[in-house]
Amino acid sequence: MMQIKRTIKYEADRVRGFSDEIMSVSGCEQLKSCIQCGTCSGTCPLSIYMDFSPRQVMALVRADFKNEVLSSKTVWLCASCYACTVECPRQIRITDIMYALKQRAIKEGIYPKRFPIPILAKEFSEMVRRKGRITETLLVMRLFLKANWRAVLSSWRLGLGLIRTGRFVVRAERIERQAELQKMLAAAGNNNVRPTEAA
Amino acid sequence: MKYSYFPGCSLKGLGRAYEESLLPVMKHLGVELQELEDWNCCGATAYMSVDEAKAGVLAARNLAIAEQNGGHDLLTPCSACYLVLNKTKHNIADFPDIRDRIHCALRSANLTYTGSTRVRHPLDILVHDVGLDVIKEKVVRPLKGLKVAPYYGCQVVRPYSTFDDAWNPTTMDRLLATLGAEVVHYPLKTKCCGGSLTGTLPEAGLRMSYILLKEAVRRGADVIATICPLCQFNMDAYHDQIDRRWGPTRIATVYFTQLMGLAFGFSEKELGLQRNFIPMKPRPVPPVAA
Repeated sequence: MMQIKRTIKYEADRVRGFSDEIMSVSGCEQLKSCIQCGTCSGTCPLSIYMDFSPRQVMALVRADFKNEVLSSKTVWLCASCYACTVECPRQIRITDIMYALKQRAIKEGIYPKRFPIPILAKEFSEMVRRKGRITETLLVMRLFLKANWRAVLSSWRLGLGLIRTGRFVVRAERIERQAELQKMLAAAGNNNVRPTEAA
Repeated sequence: MKYSYFPGCSLKGLGRAYEESLLPVMKHLGVELQELEDWNCCGATAYMSVDEAKAGVLAARNLAIAEQNGGHDLLTPCSACYLVLNKTKHNIADFPDIRDRIHCALRSANLTYTGSTRVRHPLDILVHDVGLDVIKEKVVRPLKGLKVAPYYGCQVVRPYSTFDDAWNPTTMDRLLATLGAEVVHYPLKTKCCGGSLTGTLPEAGLRMSYILLKEAVRRGADVIATICPLCQFNMDAYHDQIDRRWGPTRIATVYFTQLMGLAFGFSEKELGLQRNFIPMKPRPVPPVAA
């Protein structure tokens, strides 16, 4: 028998204020002028893999369907190729809206479980905070351990190839003034302290 | 001609052949590069997914250091670094709240940034500052008969590029033609390679790389020229998995700087070409022109 999935959205599912929150992010203001033309979905090379197309995400955000959007795979499938942003006839920075959504999904911990893409983002930022630079091979190994250790086994050929070609780096790259960078990141992260003067 | 040089993490790791070919080629053309003192990771796409303000600070620290070290243009070969540094520069200029937070963070480390540092891609510098006529004079082993598919990828041409078109860029086409190569018509030149999805979600990511490789093969290309370390990695290192899924699509993907080096008479080893998973097909070496 045909499975009938609930596709109706109810007023009660909306989280009031979510669209205002997203549109208040610098660069995301234009979302209000979306005409739902679908150019973004048409240009997106990944829309065929998405649960909601980029156009649908724009509509859902504007209608305050916060939980549907933040738990979707769509925002994590965006590879940041900026095709939609360049093509949008309303100059909406769709890629930046996807970033704003990713940030909120991570902050609220409602991304799809064991989905490797948000795990990579978190491991990446942690390595930058600790070292100031990324050592890709070490980052990928951390990702595999956290997300899917079986992937290590299926990637042995890739690892051997990297060793053979001298691209497998095990000595962690780091900057000299790491304390300075950490201080700066802390200064940027404190939302409560407003800058006293504009430089 | 002097520039600050921002290598980015990839050029010290998976993409080291890019640096290994870029440096001798630039030196050969009389371009002086000074590596940016104590540069840090640009943040790439991953950091921006976690915290936009902090991602901006990462990029701004590099822009500030460049400004304080002579204010030369910042040569940025990696596409992700190029995009993020340019994006941050635009954000600082366009959005007061971002500007305030970044300046606040810079001040905590006694750094300042007035917005003057220009972020530039080597293709831009080679074609517009050095000039194709100067490059042509240095060609001693023309890439005659070599059919090259020029692949630009996404983040250099979109959306912050100041030197080429977002969908049909031509700077590399013209550069490759100057080296004597036959430039293949390659309409997918700015289609995304899949980025980090090849590692995190292979069923989607690898397919995108496969499409690019297959198209180049069908167009009769001998080799694909790229300008991005992540594109090069995706289109070179996953051939065994791509072949297993969709059938053999063997074609080498090399950096455009490696092709320049070959035309200038450098050996494959001097240009890091031995680091390819899929090697370039050996070509008869024409005698060096006097």
